[in-house]
Amino acid sequence: MNFASLNAAAARAEIFLAVAACAILLLGVYGDQARRAARCYGLSLVALVIAALLNGLDFSAANGSAFNHMFIADPMAKLLKIAICVLSAAAFVYGRQYNRHRGIFESEYYVLGLFAVTGMLVMASANHLLTLYLGLELMSLCLYAMIAYYRDDRLATEAAMKYFVLGALASSMLLYGMSLLYGFTGSLQLSVISSVLTADAATAAQPQAAIALAVVFIVVALAFKLGVAPFHMWVPDVYHGAPTSTTAFLSAAPKIAAFAITMRLIVGGLNALPDIWQQMLILLALLSVAIGNIIAIAQRNLKRMLAYSTVAHMGFFLFGIASGNAPGYSAALFYVLIYALMGLGAFGVILMLARPEYEADQLADLKGLSKRNPWLAFLLLLLMLSMAGLPPTVGFFAKLAVIHALVQSGLLWVAVLAVLLAVIGAFYYLRVIKLVYFDQPPSADPATAAQTTTTITEGDIAVSPAAILLLSCNVLAIIALLPWIHYLIAICNEVIRRFAV
Amino acid sequence: MLANYFPILLFIVVGLGVGAVAVSVGKVLAPHKPYDDKLAPYECGFEAFEDSRMKFDVRYYLVAILFIIFDLEIAFLFPWAIVLDEIGAFGFWAMMGFLAVLVVGFIYEWKKGALEWE
Repeated sequence: MNFASLNAAAARAEIFLAVAACAILLLGVYGDQARRAARCYGLSLVALVIAALLNGLDFSAANGSAFNHMFIADPMAKLLKIAICVLSAAAFVYGRQYNRHRGIFESEYYVLGLFAVTGMLVMASANHLLTLYLGLELMSLCLYAMIAYYRDDRLATEAAMKYFVLGALASSMLLYGMSLLYGFTGSLQLSVISSVLTADAATAAQPQAAIALAVVFIVVALAFKLGVAPFHMWVPDVYHGAPTSTTAFLSAAPKIAAFAITMRLIVGGLNALPDIWQQMLILLALLSVAIGNIIAIAQRNLKRMLAYSTVAHMGFFLFGIASGNAPGYSAALFYVLIYALMGLGAFGVILMLARPEYEADQLADLKGLSKRNPWLAFLLLLLMLSMAGLPPTVGFFAKLAVIHALVQSGLLWVAVLAVLLAVIGAFYYLRVIKLVYFDQPPSADPATAAQTTTTITEGDIAVSPAAILLLSCNVLAIIALLPWIHYLIAICNEVIRRFAV
Repeated sequence: MLANYFPILLFIVVGLGVGAVAVSVGKVLAPHKPYDDKLAPYECGFEAFEDSRMKFDVRYYLVAILFIIFDLEIAFLFPWAIVLDEIGAFGFWAMMGFLAVLVVGFIYEWKKGALEWE
């Protein structure tokens, strides 16, 4: 064993980010007390951008692997990592002012965020059950702390506790499934597991019912982590209770990482057993889209409503994987990237509307927003149209790609149900647009009303123009990407074609 | 196939046997003079039965957590030191990487004042 055989250069983005996070942790306890947090915040953004560039520079290079094939660098990993880094950096920018208002603008918050991103990058490249679990736990532990960061808030503590207990339960199920899989195949490496299972399937060497037990545990654990029904109960509480800056962070990059481990485990490791997991995924996806979209109608809290909408969207992307063919995986990849963009944008708008002592997270707070803040109202309009999947937005094309893949794989009845349930979902998205554009604003602006009760000066309240500009770019991408939509789908197809098993 | 598990069965039987023998020998041979304080359940540093909503000093937990980190470090260092001549420069630098991460944590907790009792 020597250093050259590790081929650690393939993992340089992860190594860089881990070292950068350690350095920023130390910078957070040295130097000028008042400027520590701002400095760590700035350096975190730089580190995330560099990590994205490290992945982007050799995007089309041949598939590489490191650490004895425990870690793999294929185009899918690189694409997902770029998205994870960029979206996490954007979430930090959106949440900056919010964190300052609530006294949680501290260097540790950003260090935790960087370690969580490192975990997600490891998940995206995992080719070994242990690497996968390592990345998952690194991400989850940081997220628990980020949710509980606003520790004077009862809801945030409760949310972190729920997420922690259910996350630990899901992790234990994943480990149990992995141990069974190891018992059947004698390897922890996904490519070996895949080839052993393929050989077994050809000779019928293993009893299918026994392997199905391992697959059930793994699928249930993934369902917990993805937050799809009926394992979604933590999603609304966590999204609602966490500080909105953390919710924005949670809504984008971890979803992409969860997509990555689903692809690695289900499509990479268990590709010989589609008969077993396909039915489970279809059931999970149908339940999520139904429960997410129907229960979201009853929500009065914007963050909770978006949480149920997340459940529905995660179900929708599972349809792509459940279709069990390359167009389906490609559609799922496209869907999850577009969804991360929209979810981050939606929580970004809430963050821009929030003021000290005022969360802007009730649906009623949005009444007449178009008269108070026309630009944010317009951004919200675009986001809601795209989430509902209406045609002039990329959200429509993401749904179209998934449904097209379902039809191609002969699951016509699932496709019909998916479309019907998506129509139900359109109701609550359009209700937001109605509140914003057609309802009368409340007599006193809640934001200004809240401001008068606090002694914070005007300069502290103003949201930075850079954050508004970035949010505008993020949301306008929903429309602006349209001319290049074929190019994007072609990239997704190419990435899935070169998906390393 | 099942024969491979025989050592585990043997291990369970021996484990149960040692546990049972130790308890029963103590019960039979030892002097037996119980009184209230002896029979009370033991809990480190606290009264065993009182209101659970009591104040406790969070510093105990801080010290315990910090202790575990360095305890684990030692647990890793001993086997590493034994086989260092076999694993060579690679093994040496791999452990240095591990220690560097711990040192980062140590500097952080020191500067944060977690090591100061008062």
